[in-house]
Amino acid sequence: MSGSTTKNKSSFIQILQSMVSNQIFIPIAALLLLALFNLIVDPSFYSITLKESNDGFSTLQGNLISILDFGSELAILAIGMTFVTSASGGQDISVGATIAIAGSAILRILCGDNPRPSELQAPIFVAVIVGCIVAMLFGAFNGVLVSFFNIQPMVATLILFTAGRSIASWINNGQLPDVSFEPSFGYWGTYIPGVPIPTPFFIAVVCFIVTGLILKFTTLGLYSQSVGINESSAKLNGLNPKMIKLVTFVILGLCVGICGFIKVSRLSQINYSVIAKDIEMDAILAVALGGNALGGGKFNMTASILGAYVIQFLTTTLYKYGVSADALPAYKAVVVILLVVFSAPTVRDGLSNFWKKNFGKKAVKEVG
Amino acid sequence: MNKNSVLEMRNISKSFPGVRALQNVQFSLCEGEIHALMGENGAGKSTLIKVLTGVYSKDEGDIFIKGIDNAVSIRSPQDAQNLGISTVYQEITLCPNLTVAENMFIGRTKGAGVNWKKMNDEADRILESLDIPAKAKQQLSSCSIAIQQMIAIARAVDMQCKILILDEPTSSLDEQEVEKLFKLMRDLKKKGVGIIFVTHFLDQVYEVCDKITVLRDGQFVGEYEIKDLPRVQLVSKMLGKELDDMSDIRGDYEGPGENVEKIFEATSLQSNAGIKPFDFYIRKGEVNGFTGLLGSGRSECVRAIFGADRVIKGTIKKNGQTVKIGKPIRAMKLGIGYLPEDRKVDGIIGDLSVRENIVLALQVMKGFFRPFSKAQAYKFADEYIKKLEIKTASADTPIKSLSGGNQQKVILARWLLTNPEYLILDEPTRGIDVGTKIEIQKLVLELAKQGKSITFISSETDEMLRTCSRLIVMRDRKVVGELKGDQLNQNTIMSTIAGGDK
Repeated sequence: MSGSTTKNKSSFIQILQSMVSNQIFIPIAALLLLALFNLIVDPSFYSITLKESNDGFSTLQGNLISILDFGSELAILAIGMTFVTSASGGQDISVGATIAIAGSAILRILCGDNPRPSELQAPIFVAVIVGCIVAMLFGAFNGVLVSFFNIQPMVATLILFTAGRSIASWINNGQLPDVSFEPSFGYWGTYIPGVPIPTPFFIAVVCFIVTGLILKFTTLGLYSQSVGINESSAKLNGLNPKMIKLVTFVILGLCVGICGFIKVSRLSQINYSVIAKDIEMDAILAVALGGNALGGGKFNMTASILGAYVIQFLTTTLYKYGVSADALPAYKAVVVILLVVFSAPTVRDGLSNFWKKNFGKKAVKEVG
Repeated sequence: MNKNSVLEMRNISKSFPGVRALQNVQFSLCEGEIHALMGENGAGKSTLIKVLTGVYSKDEGDIFIKGIDNAVSIRSPQDAQNLGISTVYQEITLCPNLTVAENMFIGRTKGAGVNWKKMNDEADRILESLDIPAKAKQQLSSCSIAIQQMIAIARAVDMQCKILILDEPTSSLDEQEVEKLFKLMRDLKKKGVGIIFVTHFLDQVYEVCDKITVLRDGQFVGEYEIKDLPRVQLVSKMLGKELDDMSDIRGDYEGPGENVEKIFEATSLQSNAGIKPFDFYIRKGEVNGFTGLLGSGRSECVRAIFGADRVIKGTIKKNGQTVKIGKPIRAMKLGIGYLPEDRKVDGIIGDLSVRENIVLALQVMKGFFRPFSKAQAYKFADEYIKKLEIKTASADTPIKSLSGGNQQKVILARWLLTNPEYLILDEPTRGIDVGTKIEIQKLVLELAKQGKSITFISSETDEMLRTCSRLIVMRDRKVVGELKGDQLNQNTIMSTIAGGDK
């Protein structure tokens, strides 16, 4: 929206306008819309209960809690996806498959050769670190294809999108390891005994803090935006665009590794073809819903993270009203269409003209 | 219409928002004539060509073509082709993975079926008649660039063209390939085809052309027989400077003496951007410049110095020490700054704020793990916004919403903030208003007085004379001379640019 100020315009409209033009307005508006819808149709959506689980500890249950739980996974992915989008102007569609790889690697370390061991073969933290490193290596693979071979991100990541789940299965020789005998492994994807809030939320909060620190204490934000907006100019300012793109893919790899850990921890086992299926689309959608240009450049991390929770809010709402898992993508597609249409320059220009026209008239009336 | 003409364009005008690209331009082409269309970049050559080929529609004026009584209307490239106007562009626009014959007949076969044998025979016949050393069934990508260029011409000629436009066909060819192309052009000329030849290379114009039409700033300067227009005059027509314009307008700063240390020195430096190896040095407190027509390689030279293109040869000394500059960051750390020629493509980061654009280079030098605090960045930005009088709503305004001159000042601020010992300014005054131009020139001299070294490049010779104490002259991607002292005047510059006494 243009910054032109008319004397007649009241300050309220100005505040409204500056709010609307702020990027974070988009996910907040979407969130409010969803929240309002649920409030009107069925307020019981918001009920939260304290339930005692099998092992005697109480945990919070309810739609909001499950949004917090599953939205956190998505939010972690959205962090990495935002960096990748900003620097390379494209998206990584291999996220789900790489989660399968990371998860499989973690289980492999924990179980060794035997898919049904009687005790853990390695400490959990070692397995997690290995899982993250594996995911980062695969992220680097994508990054190298994108930055050094100049392949479009979607095309480059199509490779792992296709092959990833087979690789995941191959890591465990096609077997399905199970670590449910060790309850402490499950804490990370569910609840830590005595804590009523799901653990993934805490992991996500740690990730948010670390991301915030990275953005504050390094120049990654400035660099990735510069590269995404004008690569040739960034190069002449001494930046190494290839390296920066690669780094963003490695960061996304780390996010994927963490997410893979949460995923396998939830069930203490893995199903190669189902785990984190289509999650990349939700992660990309989160970035888009955060009002970030999918063509790269400027980004707003808070908006992306908020976008992730909004997506989960939408998913949970749809489940609540009995939409089957198969039909879910169709509903999400509607959201995508709305997003794309409203962020298209022609529509925006049209809307802002419409806005000006109407407020122009009103202002005249007020004066008259 | 003249009896021999195949084409006459009369009073052609074309405007784009904010720019008058062509104003009352005349152009006429005779049968069997090679006619050079000359002018600097932005003079309107390509706009005129695009009007003729139907890419742009003209605002005013008429186009007449031999054999048609009324003025013709060309609304699309298809119309142009039907009227016998064919174009061969600088970049090959054929399909490298198809065969030569396929390329020659693509889009011209009738119906769905193709008679391959007939097509190949036909292609071979045409290639032979034009003496082009290629076979119909050969894959196009296996031919050299020159042959590909010739095949593009053969395709154009076969489409019964009366008018052939060659837009910078020689820029990617070596000398022998150019010879082959010229031979083909002469053959076509004998067959009565009128050829419009657009090029930056003066030598080639004098070798092959019959007539020259000069454009400048979208206006028609004149049409000349080649024998009536010596090189020096051609250059002066293109630049729009009269030869007797002798006014000496150099600044009062005389520059450093011969014994002042050389802050930067390059020997037989060459990059992969297609320039010949060159020697270069600059002394402390000196302002020098590269001059030459646009496309003569002056920007490529400074890009090689800054490491913006890949350096393939040569040694560099900074303050007497041999160094290697492989990347811009290396040059920056050695105290070199570079304001690039194309502000939009290489300079600004459009969506980022003025503040971020100003601190970017210094931030990169400072390092990844040591970002400036917001307060510090604002301090830098506000300081330079004030110092250079940058007109912006605030330091947070995206740079793309500023005017060209103010964008340029922001980029200038970016490099001044890094406090370089040696600053390269490539066309810092292009596309900005006169007032700002003079401010920038003054700033350059001011910096030199403070002991900084500056290389200044400008298309406007006046500006160079006003600021530089030494000029390096370039022609056809080669350094061809160095001018200083009394030699710094329009006449000498132009004759050196034009080359020799021809």
